[in-house]
Amino acid sequence: MNHDTYPDNYIRSILNSVKSIAMVGASPINVRPSYFAFKYLAERGYDMIPVNPGHVGKGLLGKPFVASLADIGRPIDMVDIFRNSSHIMPVVEEALRLSPLPKVIWMQLGARDDAAAAKAEAVGIKVVMNRCPKIEYGRLSSEISWMGVNSRTLSSKRAPMPTQGMRLSLNRMSVGGGETAASDRAAKNKTELS
Amino acid sequence: MTDRLPGFSTLAVHAGAQPDPTTGARATPIYQTTSFVFNDADHAASLFGLQSFGNIYTRIGNPTNAVLEERVAALEGGTAALAVASGHAAQVVVLQQLMKPGDEIIAARKLYGGSINQFTHAFKSFGWNVAWADPDEIESFERAVTPHTKAIFIESIANPSGSVTDIEAIAAVARKAGVPLIVDNTLATPYLIKPIDHGADIVVHSLTKFLGGHGNSLGGVIVDAGTFDWSKDNKYPMLSEPRPEYHGIKIQETFGNFAFAIACRVLGLRDLGPALSPFNAFMILTGIETLPLRMQKHCDNAKAVAEFLAGHPAVASVNYAGLPSDKYNNLARKYAPKGAGAVFTFSLKGGYDAGVNLVSNLRLFSHLANVGDTRSLVIHPASTTHSQLDDAAKIKSGAAPDVVRLSIGIEDKDDLIADLDQALRA
Repeated sequence: MNHDTYPDNYIRSILNSVKSIAMVGASPINVRPSYFAFKYLAERGYDMIPVNPGHVGKGLLGKPFVASLADIGRPIDMVDIFRNSSHIMPVVEEALRLSPLPKVIWMQLGARDDAAAAKAEAVGIKVVMNRCPKIEYGRLSSEISWMGVNSRTLSSKRAPMPTQGMRLSLNRMSVGGGETAASDRAAKNKTELS
Repeated sequence: MTDRLPGFSTLAVHAGAQPDPTTGARATPIYQTTSFVFNDADHAASLFGLQSFGNIYTRIGNPTNAVLEERVAALEGGTAALAVASGHAAQVVVLQQLMKPGDEIIAARKLYGGSINQFTHAFKSFGWNVAWADPDEIESFERAVTPHTKAIFIESIANPSGSVTDIEAIAAVARKAGVPLIVDNTLATPYLIKPIDHGADIVVHSLTKFLGGHGNSLGGVIVDAGTFDWSKDNKYPMLSEPRPEYHGIKIQETFGNFAFAIACRVLGLRDLGPALSPFNAFMILTGIETLPLRMQKHCDNAKAVAEFLAGHPAVASVNYAGLPSDKYNNLARKYAPKGAGAVFTFSLKGGYDAGVNLVSNLRLFSHLANVGDTRSLVIHPASTTHSQLDDAAKIKSGAAPDVVRLSIGIEDKDDLIADLDQALRA
């Protein structure tokens, strides 16, 4: 997998197929990006599990925190890692000890560890790095377009009817739209410098 | 395999727009409404807290305007955009995110006269100081950098002179100074120049000009290139520090590479208020669909008219970067190979009086204070758009007293040349 750029269909098929998502590094503080993403994905029907050893005993939107992936105690489809690049490998190694294995390991915007990705891909796990599932859901459903954001998609097909008020479906037919190469280059330079 | 990238003309027609999910309407509907109902109290709270994507109130965002925003972002290669009421509104909203009282902006001397006024007078009243630099002398930008510098501002093709700016050289100065480069791309449009490809961090437009293109609707837009790291030092607290009006959210941390556009929307447009009418957004969107066709015709006509004027016995000089003899021709070949735009100036051997006579004798060219219309336009900048500048500043900005500015439309070029010829003879 080329991890610099993902085809829209790769991301769409992941977000369409996973049902349970363990979010490692989820925060109960309601202004943190992980809280935003957790809430957004929970509202769209994903079975969200907050993983953070610092908050065991508390809950996030009614879901109890667990200390580690092993503590979840049931199969999960996707691990979403809300940690810096330097903390990715131990989480991936922990995910690889789960049985059954998760189908997808997703690293948050700004997080990338190619060695950890290779380990996961070697056992058939799909990997996404340096992306936010909330932004990708918003982009592919075109909800994010309401904020004037370049969704990088085009479509001549009527999108499925909103399921509830201002909520658009992921099941939209689209082709590639306007690129954001300058921003991608800047992000890559920043990663290489750090 | 990655997705295929569409070309510029395809984006001009499609980007941001899709059939309406409820009605199937293919053209973008005009959502002429102030407000949008919430699903429930939690949904409302999520929207106000910036946790969900959606519509609240047209001063903050509107679905028609959003199509326009995404389209311009896609055409410029940016991550996001924000439409506002005018080009001037775009400039004040951008700088509100970057400047505090006592801060400085370095601006090119060759700017639209209205921008020179805004920077000199209105911004001064906010405590924002401007340091002027000469785009023909890149070192003057370097010399102007101080610890208070927060941004550099240039026009890609300058109004009224039509001179082409060396964007990459000035982007290098901005990078070294650790400040964003803001480029007003109004006269070039992304069809001719994409400043983000040359190092711009923020692009602004008066949509009123070539993008709308028909001289019927005011508008402005801010495009976020998604290239600048607002949090690397403490220089841009609006983006890097917790925002009290949103319970302590940090804008860049939350919105990543489109944080600047979001800041302009939720801190700038929300609180300053220069919202674009959805009707104007619709008119401008319709104009943008034909931008590539119009812009090429504008440029081809402008080159033909400039060549005619350069050979005319009554004309003293023509400043059009598309002419091989022009001082800016090398920059035009580099940055705008499809054409050097359609706004330029020339001066008459008969001086000021000959200029006034010319304007009054033209029959197809309209005498008015706009550029980038389908119709050809003429004006005498020294007595109008640049009249509030003193003589020295007029000359430095390319609006000397004997200069006439043309904005060439998309009529038949032979008719434009015939009109100029009869007016020069009269």
